[in-house]
This record gives sequence, C-alpha cells and structure tokens, in this order.
Amino acid sequence: MSIWVDRNTRLLVQGITGREGQFHTLQCRTYGTKVVGGVTPGKGGQEVEGIPVFNTVEQAVKETGANCSMIFVPPPFAADAILEAVDAGVPVIVAITEGIPVLDMMKVKNYLKTSSSRLIGPNCPGIITPGQCKIGIMPGPIHKPGPVGVVSRSGTLTYEVVHQLTLQGIGQSTCLGIGGDPVNGTNFIDCLSAFQQDPDTKGIVMVGEIGGAAEEEAADFITKHLTKPVVGFVAGLTAPPGRRMGHAGAIISGSSGTAQGKIEAMRGAGITVVENLGKLGAICKEVFNGF
Amino acid sequence: MKIHEYQAKELFQKYGVPIPRGKAAFDLDQAKAAAAGLGTFPVVVKAQIHAGGRGKGGGVKPAGSMAEVSAVAGSILGMTLVTHQTGPEGRLVRKVLVEEGLDIEKELYLSLLPDRSTAGVVIMASEAGGMDIEEVAAKTPEKIIKVQVNPLLGFQGYQARRLAYGLNLEADLVKLFIPMVTKLFKLFSDYDCSLVEINPLIITKDRKILALDAKMNFDDNALFRHKDIMAYRDTDEEDPSEVEASNYNLNYIKMDGNIGNMVNGAGLAMATMDIIKLAGAEPANFLDVGGGASAEMVENGFRIILSDPSVKGVLINIFGGILRCDILAQGVVEAARKVDVRVPVVIRMEGTNVEKGREILQASGLNLTVAEDLSDAAQKVAAVAKG
Repeated sequence: MSIWVDRNTRLLVQGITGREGQFHTLQCRTYGTKVVGGVTPGKGGQEVEGIPVFNTVEQAVKETGANCSMIFVPPPFAADAILEAVDAGVPVIVAITEGIPVLDMMKVKNYLKTSSSRLIGPNCPGIITPGQCKIGIMPGPIHKPGPVGVVSRSGTLTYEVVHQLTLQGIGQSTCLGIGGDPVNGTNFIDCLSAFQQDPDTKGIVMVGEIGGAAEEEAADFITKHLTKPVVGFVAGLTAPPGRRMGHAGAIISGSSGTAQGKIEAMRGAGITVVENLGKLGAICKEVFNGF
Repeated sequence: MKIHEYQAKELFQKYGVPIPRGKAAFDLDQAKAAAAGLGTFPVVVKAQIHAGGRGKGGGVKPAGSMAEVSAVAGSILGMTLVTHQTGPEGRLVRKVLVEEGLDIEKELYLSLLPDRSTAGVVIMASEAGGMDIEEVAAKTPEKIIKVQVNPLLGFQGYQARRLAYGLNLEADLVKLFIPMVTKLFKLFSDYDCSLVEINPLIITKDRKILALDAKMNFDDNALFRHKDIMAYRDTDEEDPSEVEASNYNLNYIKMDGNIGNMVNGAGLAMATMDIIKLAGAEPANFLDVGGGASAEMVENGFRIILSDPSVKGVLINIFGGILRCDILAQGVVEAARKVDVRVPVVIRMEGTNVEKGREILQASGLNLTVAEDLSDAAQKVAAVAKG
C-alpha cells in the first residue's frame, strides 16, 4: 500500500518534449511507471519513444485515461499548466518546476480549493511508491519497498534520508517532496494524515527546513491526530536570518521560521528530532525497531 | 530583490501614491541642487542603503539652510552607516534622497505582503507608526489591523474601509486613505512584490496623507516579467562574491566561518552547514550548485569559496542520484587543478558509480580526502579546522 500513487497510476507528462521532461519521463518508465502520454502545445501527434504527445491535457486525458500528471513546464508557463490539469480533472498533479512566481502560485492555490485535484509541489522532486511507480526526478535505486513514509520540503536532502533508511534495511511505503516554495499544493498535514490512514505505513520521517510555520502546524496536528511514530529533521540551524537559503520559502523572517523554534515544536509533539543528519538512519532503526 | 527608498518612491509616484517632494543625489553638488530645486527649508537628507534603521544610525538628518545641506549631505555621503540590519561592518553610503521637511501630526504604519499559509496578500495597518512593527505585534497586538486579500478576488472596498476605520481616521482622511491603499495594492500585484512597507505613513498638519518612507522588495522568481525593476538592481549593495556567484547562476551566501562548502540542493546544503557546526567548525558559506553539479559549476564554486581568505578547508557534499559519480569526480579534479586549490578538500559523494568516482579522486594526487558518509565527512572537515 501507499499514498496517492501506485502501480495503477497512469501518468501524463506536461512538457514531455523538453530536455529535462524527456529525460525524466524515460527514467520514470524504466522504473516501472505506466507513462501513457505527454502534452506539449503544438506537438500533438508526435511521439516520444513510443509515448503519444497531445496538444492539450483535456485531449490527453480523454484518449489515455491518465489519472496523474507530472509537470516540467518552465516557470513563466507553469501555473497555466497546473490550471490546465486541474480543469481537465486530473486527480494528482506533480509540479517539478522550480521558480514559479509566488503570486501565480497564490492564485493556483486558491483555485485548487474549488476542485478535487491534489497538487504536489511545485519546486519538488516528486513522489515515489518504491517498487510500484516513480513520478519525479529522484534516483529510483536508493529506494526500497517497506513500512516507512517519508515527507520533505527538499530534494537531495530527501534522497540522503531515504538512502540512510535503505542502508539500515528500512523500506519506504511512499516518499514525497512537498517543495521548497512558500506556497505549495500539498502540505505536511495532508501527507501526515494520509500516512496515518494508510495501513501499510507504520512510521513516518518528516524533513523540514527554516521558513514559514508548516512544521509547527504539523507538530500541532501530530499531537492531536497521529498514533504512528515520527522521526524528524529540520535543516537550517546555522542559516542567517533574513536570507533566502536557495529555496524561495527557506527564509527566517524576524524571529519566526527558525530551525530552533521548529525543533522545539516538533519535540513538544513527541517527534524524535535528529540534530545530526549523519545519524538519522541509525536513529530510525531504533525508533522503528520491530516493523 | 531589494530596491532603494527613492526608487520605491518613483514607483509610488507612477501609481499616484502621495509622497513628499524630493530628489535623489549621488554627490554633494547634486544634493545642493536638489535642495535648491525644492525651494524651501527645512529639507531632510536621507541616506539610501538597502537596510532599515537608517535614522537611528545617523543616516537621516534635517537641514535648515543651504550651508546645513552642504554639511549634512557631506557627512552622510561617504559615511559607513551601521544599523541593526547592516551588521557591525556597516554599509557605505553612495546616494542620498533630499526631501522637503513636513509638519507631521501623526505617524501610521502600512504594509502589504504575501501570506504563505493562507495564500493571500495580507495588508497590515497600525496607528503605532514609526516603530518596529515586530515589537508592536509582540507588545500591543490589538494595535494592528489585518485584512486578507484573496488574489482571485482582488482588494475589496470593505477591506479598505476596515483598514481606514480601524486606523480611527476622520472622514476627510478616510477619503484620502482608501484610494491610496487601493493604488498600493495594484502596485503590489502588478509588480509581484514580496513586500511593500510604509513606516511611517504620515498625516500632516495640513491634513494630507503621504508615504514618508517606502520599502519595496520583489519576488526574484517574477523578475523575468519586470525588466524595469531589474534596472533598479544596485550591486553596490550586495556582497561582491554573491554578485559573482549570481552571474554564474550559483546560489551563494557568504558567512563568517572557516569551512567552505559546496552542495547540490538547498536543503542538503543547509543540512551540511549544520553538520559542519555540529562537528565543531563554522560554515563559511551556503552554496547550492544545483542538481546537475557540472564541472563548470564546481569550478566556479571553488573560485568563489576560495576568494574568501578565511576559508581553511572545503567540504563538497554531492548526492548524485542520477548524476554519475565518476563524471562528477572528474569534474572536481579538473576544477581543482584549474583553480589551484591550496586548502584541504573533503569530498563526500553518493550515487551511481560511487566506487569509480572515489578511485578517480584518490588517484588524482591532489589534496583531496574522500569521506565514506556524512558523519565521516563532518569529522574529517572538523579535523581540518582544528589543524
């Protein structure tokens, strides 16, 4: 079992003919994902390594029965691409694109509330259910099927965490990045809630970073609604205030959004917070002992 | 991206938001000409730097005559202004804004910023103007009025009225305030701002409302559609090595430590800085070379990190994943030769062909230490800092 994506996911790729889009589409297919189509306006009728390309998402969904879309469209056009997928009724939309203007994302987020689509990202590595399907840019081989759900605001930091879990023999139910932007589609709470309901997820690793209050809100949610053990990590203890640390959302504003504050809130919710990232795998081994 | 007060006021003027009469000056003659052009005294000379707290630091001074303008502008231009936002090293003042002095009856606060948790624009106003708003929020939160604007609906009339009446403005001032805040919202949305802050917004004795100060920040991700804002960039206000890094599309932030580091991915880069500190050393920078981490990126990264003389060692942490480690290792070796790296370098990498990659590093004959994993890398780098 897993959350949101599995072996029945039928994937569409928006921006399939671009360099990145094409490369990662094929990587996903090699991993075992059912890639049923792609969309690039003006290139409908073409094929990418046997995958049919359409001009619009609506048409692609109609022809292929796609139920998930992965977006590689460049930032100026990415919000438009997300909205197109929402209007075509795609249930799960995974936006990899980094650099979408905040105002565009605020409009998308408010529009999403009127639909039943789920957006993961943007500015994220995607989502993977090990052994079943990979929708994103993460390296497949570091993952291993198993009982631990992983949710993170980062990309390579997630790979680091997953790699350590796998080295300890701890497999994963689903791993996903929710993105490093200030406004994103799916938040920690959505993921925690889904992991709690997934019978095959026994424990959760939650990886946060400075900026905003998502970790604090998640900690509050965990106190009230979670029974499964959670191990946490927060990046940015040494980050200077007022500076954007690579991710658009990773910024300490005044006294809010600090790593210290997040770690305290998470510890208060009973989460085992790891300070030394190098020891995360070993600590998970102890906490998740017996699954 | 940040801009200067005088630039923000140009935008205010373009949108019909009232500001005091004034002119920017880049040297003493221009400052005197600006004062003469105003045709009135007193005037106020304001240092233009990308940091707040200028008044307290001595960067904002009144002048009652042309002789005083000379003295005041002469002392501010070229001074190193230290405020709570500049750090102890301060900022060299290269420009001033010369403005008419006004009779102030009351100081208000007004700001607009995106709210990440609600995905709306928050407009905040307060009668406690001229003070640090974080302090007002902490001590007297009831003095702050907030409205949330849904970006799909835009700014509504009732929201403008809530702000105006919340500020206890009298009828004549309400009539001035509502169009002003409506224009500000339009400016905010049109230009993808990440902050518009007016502190103070003043009511003058002759019953006008004006933006006495103006702070505007912009969403870097939206600059592609605002070429006119890009023209406002002032690289004098940025760290030279950060400017160079931005030319190479590298995400670099200079810090005070002695261990340089180069990482792919922002989250992992922050975590790497943290682990350097945990191991007993201090990170000298944040540097995200991006997912690809090409040889060229690594070379430019080396150059920028090593331009900081306090760097005693470098930690490279690359989680390749799809990127092949043998290719990465070749890139690091080539880059290290080209840049002539004279400090010890500890490399931790992970991904496809990692064994091959480690062999290439070890066989290079360079001062490169290969670490097994993150903990090992941190210990090795801490040893470098101590040695």
